[in-house]
Amino acid sequence: MDYSWIQIAVAAIFFSVVVTLILSRGYGWLSPTFWRNAAVVSSLVMTFILLWLTFDTADQVRPGSGRIPDWTVINYEIKLVWDEEKRRQVPAVGRETGFFGKTWTSEEAFALINKGKMTLQSRNCMECHQILGNGAYYATDLTRAWLDPWWEERIMPLTGAKTREEAMMAWLKDPPSMPQGPRKMPNLRFTDEELKALIAFLKWMSAIDTNGFPPHFAVAQ
Amino acid sequence: MATSFARPKAQELFESQKLALAYFAVAIVLFGAQLIFGLIAAYQYINPDFLLDKLPFMTNRTLHVNAMIVWLLVGLMGGVYWFLPLETGREVVGIKLAKFIWWVIVAGVTVVVLVYLFVQIGPGNAFTLWFINEGREYIEAPRWADIAIVAWVAVFLFNVIATTLAARRITGLLGVLIFDLVALGALYTAGMHYTVNVTMDQYLWWWVVHLWVEATWEVLVGVLMGWSLMYLLGTPRKLIETWLFLEVALVFGTGILGLGHHYFWIGTPEYWIGLGGFFSALEPLPLVAMVVHALYDAGAHRMHTVNRPALFWAIAQAFGNFIGAGVWGFMQTLPQINMYSHGTQLAAAHGHLAFFGAYLGTVMTLIYIAVQNVRRPIMIPLDSKYWSWAFALMILGIVGIAGSFTISGFSQTMIERAELGSTWSAFIRSYTHPWYTNTLGWRYLFAWIFVAGYLVLVYDLLTIGKRRESHAA
Repeated sequence: MDYSWIQIAVAAIFFSVVVTLILSRGYGWLSPTFWRNAAVVSSLVMTFILLWLTFDTADQVRPGSGRIPDWTVINYEIKLVWDEEKRRQVPAVGRETGFFGKTWTSEEAFALINKGKMTLQSRNCMECHQILGNGAYYATDLTRAWLDPWWEERIMPLTGAKTREEAMMAWLKDPPSMPQGPRKMPNLRFTDEELKALIAFLKWMSAIDTNGFPPHFAVAQ
Repeated sequence: MATSFARPKAQELFESQKLALAYFAVAIVLFGAQLIFGLIAAYQYINPDFLLDKLPFMTNRTLHVNAMIVWLLVGLMGGVYWFLPLETGREVVGIKLAKFIWWVIVAGVTVVVLVYLFVQIGPGNAFTLWFINEGREYIEAPRWADIAIVAWVAVFLFNVIATTLAARRITGLLGVLIFDLVALGALYTAGMHYTVNVTMDQYLWWWVVHLWVEATWEVLVGVLMGWSLMYLLGTPRKLIETWLFLEVALVFGTGILGLGHHYFWIGTPEYWIGLGGFFSALEPLPLVAMVVHALYDAGAHRMHTVNRPALFWAIAQAFGNFIGAGVWGFMQTLPQINMYSHGTQLAAAHGHLAFFGAYLGTVMTLIYIAVQNVRRPIMIPLDSKYWSWAFALMILGIVGIAGSFTISGFSQTMIERAELGSTWSAFIRSYTHPWYTNTLGWRYLFAWIFVAGYLVLVYDLLTIGKRRESHAA
């Protein structure tokens, strides 16, 4: 993208005003015709800019394009690191660790994450949690759930699991039996395949560059 | 006693207006359903074990939010069916089709609600998304129901366009209505897809959610309030239409790119932070214009009107829209603030206040206008002692609810986000803080006050214009 947001904003307003003024020559600014023209012109100009930016955004958010990780990111360690140039946290990919004890090919990883997204929707997760900050406010934001230190600190000792993915699986199988805080997550009757897929989706999502949201993740204690 | 009035008979109404009455009746029933599930959800905040296995928070919250969207949309569409024959001077074209699809929709909504209640969730595959629940906030309805909704809006759009063409008369209000309904129908289809890429999923999901409630619904409300003010105060058409065009210019001029305030943190490029912050900061402008317009009109007529409840709700709508959507929205829309407040109870405070002000106020205005024409001649002003109780209790209730949400939102923003780094532990420590827990009881109490207002409202709607005491007015 060759233009800054300020240039786009100024151009949007400039075109809306100038085209309205040209179309409304001979009409006073209090006349219905002037404002009818303003309504039509501003709607069309803004819609055109939205469509143009949508193509640019769609291009920048393709998996593997930089902002959104490749499917195979689930085979690697994921961290949040401070980016001094951007002055915010950004996800970084570390050494290869495997996922549930194996290395997943691109096709396998895609199928797994896809199943995880369907599982996320089928269990209506967004009606308690937030996904990328959006959803209900009854439970935690899941954007960086994979990276949450709570799995190592609390859930691994509780379940006796050796890895983070195994701890997540053990806990999600029956959350009401291991409540964390006063609010309980219901048992959503996940199968093992669904849980493996869901955890893969959460791991993949934790590597999305969200412009630093949520702020200072897991920095303070 | 009620028969002593020279009441207009029901058969004097256009068929389209009779259909509007059916829309309003269903809207009020679904409004009641919204409150029941809201009350259960509010109680679950206080006692998280309540109905955990039978009716978990997620199901209550789905039904609370979906019932609201459907009843408000039904109320607004009912308003169009009410005013369209008056505006065009003729019966609505395709009214039989409109009635048929309406009963299909009522049956469909019933099925969706029963599946939400008793099935709740399904296996992680496409069958669930098509037949149980799509799992995307606000547009959870399964795909088959999405298709039914599109068919419904298409018939509605056909009714409006065909009636306008048959009347051979296009007014500014009708032009804006058609322009808006085309966008409203088309935008809904943007939400009817599945993609694994959660960023692109949310990008287009907001085209439905934001561009409905912050753009096309606002303009639809502008049209309906325009007709309402012409009816209530006799405001000249030229004045109404000039204001409406100005409002459309500002709503679409700021709201379309104001969409960017939903693209700060979902993985989309950084230019959305600037564009979204800039345009959404301007979004309150049309809401200020609407307040000025409504107050000017009401003041110019010294509040003399044929229908006091409708006029009071119209003024409450203008203020509520400005405060709920404008002020509470602006409070958290700038990216430097939103980074901390996003996804907290502050968003719920804004949602409650904005929907109440912008949309509930409009639907109440429309329903009281319709009730007047069913119960008594337009010459006699409509009034009762009960509507003002419903009005006051509901406003007190929603202000209390939104105030409680605002305080718990502050606590969450400060403790979970700003201080503790947004983790699971930070979340638990924020919602167990006294600033948060103390608000939950207040929220529940004000919810009951709101429900009391609803019950008085239902009683008033069933009886206003029939009672002896209002005869003297």
